[in-house]
Amino acid sequence: MSTGKPSANAISGSHPFAARRSMNQLTNKLFTGIVWLIGICTILFIIALLYTILQKGLPQLDWGFLYGEPSEIEEGGGIGPVLFNSFYVLFISLIISIPLGMASGIYLAEFAPANKFIAFIRICVEGLASVPSIIFGLFGIVLFVESLDLGLTVIGAAISLAFLNLPVLTRVTEEAIRSVPQEMKQASFALGSTHLQTIRRVLIPVALNGIITGICLVAGRAFGESAVIILTGGVTSSGVMWDFNPLDPGATLAVHLWYVQSEAIVPDARLIAEKSAAVLVFIVLMINIVFRVPMWLNARKMR
Amino acid sequence: MSMMEVPNLGTVYSGEELGRSLEGSSGKAFSRRARLSFYNRTFKIVCIASAVFVCLILFSILLLMGRTGILTFETVSLKTFFFSTEWVPENEQYGAFIFIFGTIALTLLTMVISVPLSLIIAIFLSEMTPAWLKNALRPVLDLLVGIPSVVYGFLGMTVLIPMLRSVTGTTLGDGILAAAIVLTIMVLPTISRITDDSIVAVPKKFRDASYALGSTRFQTVVRVVIPAAKSGIMYAVILGMARALGETMAVVMVIGNTPQLADALFKPTSVLTSNIVMQIPNVPFDSAWNYALYMMGFILLVISLIMIVVVRAIQGRGVKS
Repeated sequence: MSTGKPSANAISGSHPFAARRSMNQLTNKLFTGIVWLIGICTILFIIALLYTILQKGLPQLDWGFLYGEPSEIEEGGGIGPVLFNSFYVLFISLIISIPLGMASGIYLAEFAPANKFIAFIRICVEGLASVPSIIFGLFGIVLFVESLDLGLTVIGAAISLAFLNLPVLTRVTEEAIRSVPQEMKQASFALGSTHLQTIRRVLIPVALNGIITGICLVAGRAFGESAVIILTGGVTSSGVMWDFNPLDPGATLAVHLWYVQSEAIVPDARLIAEKSAAVLVFIVLMINIVFRVPMWLNARKMR
Repeated sequence: MSMMEVPNLGTVYSGEELGRSLEGSSGKAFSRRARLSFYNRTFKIVCIASAVFVCLILFSILLLMGRTGILTFETVSLKTFFFSTEWVPENEQYGAFIFIFGTIALTLLTMVISVPLSLIIAIFLSEMTPAWLKNALRPVLDLLVGIPSVVYGFLGMTVLIPMLRSVTGTTLGDGILAAAIVLTIMVLPTISRITDDSIVAVPKKFRDASYALGSTRFQTVVRVVIPAAKSGIMYAVILGMARALGETMAVVMVIGNTPQLADALFKPTSVLTSNIVMQIPNVPFDSAWNYALYMMGFILLVISLIMIVVVRAIQGRGVKS
């Protein structure tokens, strides 16, 4: 990396490295320009993308659409039951996966001795995190549709989704708890707390920010997940609002978006799809923003 | 032994009796100490059980997928399944080569487009933008990771494909290029954010040394910063690759879903994931067709697990150096 010596009054003509230096300056300027151009273009593109989705759908929303029942043939179908299913499936899957994921994360962060068995568990968690979502769908079919003979149900979809969430929650919890300063833990032990008391009263409250961010991430992902639900929950819903029966078919909003756009025969499919996409993106953004903003503010205050 | 003299006030309690009297007054069947240690042990066992459970899921997935998939080879030969391009389930022809090839081609094409682009965005974010822009852009990119894949698919179907049609003049916009573009948009935030983090983690003294030697920013970034952040970048790329490989819904909506070899950019084709999700709802469970689909899932599973092993190897090397 030998370039010309920078001197205040370099006489460019006679300097032996002059040609190379001006070349270097040129590539540097070119590089900066290209990076700025591509950076700005991509960011504008992404913002335009989000804007398009929201702008096409949101202004046309009304309660009738959000609350109404989907129709197979006629115009004007709503998304009420599928929207409800989305939350219902998400809720059940989180109820199952949060305790399990947190417990295994705590184990990996706190109890696990550094031996081969733990290294193995850790590889398993990472491996499970990288398994494509459709595989969880196939697994759900074998488990719920074939072995238990339940058919396509809300509960099958929710449990398959919980399996998908588990490794992410485990890793997030582990990392959050590991990042708690050792002094806090030692102080708690020094006061005579047991390990469980330390975990409950010190580690989890301090790591809560990280854990909640992780849960939001997982919830947003689960809310928009469709491949798993198509295979285990089906593409139809029971068609009525407030149907809490976990053995009814469990199509969610994300599945409905795909179904309406590619399979259904309703004349206003495009419109329904646009509105559904807007609702979907809006809710996912809300899940991410509403829980995180207070934390950002908190983090700022702490500094 | 304490140095203090305890004044003797009448009645003498032995230590054991004192414990009894406390227990008696609290009315609990067993002492606080025993209760706490019981809770602690139970909690630990619960934690171990959940960790083992997570492993168990992975193994039961591997086992069930493998066991169901292997049944394919009762009716179809290994060679036919992997190398035949004839996928006509109605005639009992199960050649999965088209889908395997499609998946590999699509993943590679996505990487060819997305890696340079993500790298540039990461450099832009970490080395060039002022702080306020960084603080605004990083959360936006993080939010983008969470946008559901069907939405990307929907956009690809309704915006990108008509655009591709009018730009190139072809009658069919569906195909491997459209899918690769949609996947690029999806993996871009993932790859660029992880790359960005690993570039930020490069010690400032490396840059200072490079500038002190008289390098320009271009030289510093290309010859010092990127090589130093290499293992993080590799990690980001493999993670993005795993995501592109396993992505289903976004691909289904733009690839055309026709079992023909992807030898052109604009030609409806099919990949492993899209073929599975399109066909499996209509197939009886105990059929060679279904087993073949499970075998295809098993191939996907094995490829993604291999990627994780590679990631571990890279991380291990990164820690050592």
